[in-house]
Amino acid sequence: MAAWGRSNRQSADEAKERLKLVLIHDRTDLSEDELSIMKNELLAVISRHVEIDPEMVKISMSHDGREQKLTADIPLKTARRRKIG
Amino acid sequence: MAASVVTITSGKGGVGKTTTSANLAVALAEDGFKVVCIDGDIGLRNLDVVLGLENRIVYDLVDVVENRCRIRQAMIRDKRLEELYLIPAAQTRDKSAISPSDMVRVCDELRNEVDYIIIDSPAGIERGFRNTIAPADLILVVTNPEVSAVRDADRIIGLVEAEEKGPAKLIINRVNPGLTKRGDMLTPEDVVELLAIELIGVIPDDENVVISTNRGQPIALDPKSKTGQAFKNISKRIQGQSVPFMQLDEKGDFLAKVAGLFRQGGD
Repeated sequence: MAAWGRSNRQSADEAKERLKLVLIHDRTDLSEDELSIMKNELLAVISRHVEIDPEMVKISMSHDGREQKLTADIPLKTARRRKIG
Repeated sequence: MAASVVTITSGKGGVGKTTTSANLAVALAEDGFKVVCIDGDIGLRNLDVVLGLENRIVYDLVDVVENRCRIRQAMIRDKRLEELYLIPAAQTRDKSAISPSDMVRVCDELRNEVDYIIIDSPAGIERGFRNTIAPADLILVVTNPEVSAVRDADRIIGLVEAEEKGPAKLIINRVNPGLTKRGDMLTPEDVVELLAIELIGVIPDDENVVISTNRGQPIALDPKSKTGQAFKNISKRIQGQSVPFMQLDEKGDFLAKVAGLFRQGGD
């Protein structure tokens, strides 16, 4: 955008990226480590009921306005792909 | 008309809360409204010197709350604007001298007397902050385009939401267009995107604010000042008018109206 200048951005980009992460953790009171522990626990529970590929699972924090969301994308192994017997 | 109570807050100190409070009070009074500003920073009185009214204090906010005077007696009338008054903070007491319900009571008493009550909040998230947001109809969060100020603003916005006093609106102060253009300062768009609240004003970084504060003459009193105009624009938006955001050049001068301040990407 021309108004405030968007080209050749340097330290401001870094500031914005750092702030994005800091604000997520401030708002949710959840650290990167805690998020990782929770992810493993979620996978363990889900795996007890359906077959999943842990490598394909994406669990991340996003936001809609000021509302924080925990988004999980967990592809299931379908019966078609499962071995018979 | 029953008064609107507007509280100016920030979390972080030194971002320009008191300057903003003084200038918004001046701008509203210049538009013909009867305005009382209240210094909510008990123990660290400041709004009086910024307004240039420090020599005329007899009674303060704690005197009102503790019934040593009537509210009228603690209202210092401004020398320049007939309809502008200040209720100063006590200097020899601390935040615990006043409770949130005291602030609500004082504001309720003033509501039928004036059009706007502007409350200058102390830094921090403790008692003083809670006192000043308790009576608020509108909360304006002041920040600078810097990581620490933005982070603290986010915390304050969350607390305001939790107290069901939101949504707060945002003032971005001390924007340096030269640094912004070079990519070395967060743009107003960046800050709005990060904090995800409505913007109500952008104030340029202007050394004339230091000079006007030295003299106890808020910059909104200077009809030629662009920074003064930026405060006046916020005052109009508080009144419910739709005023376009202005574009700044590298000297902090306004160039033209900015149509797409919130638009992402190029135009």
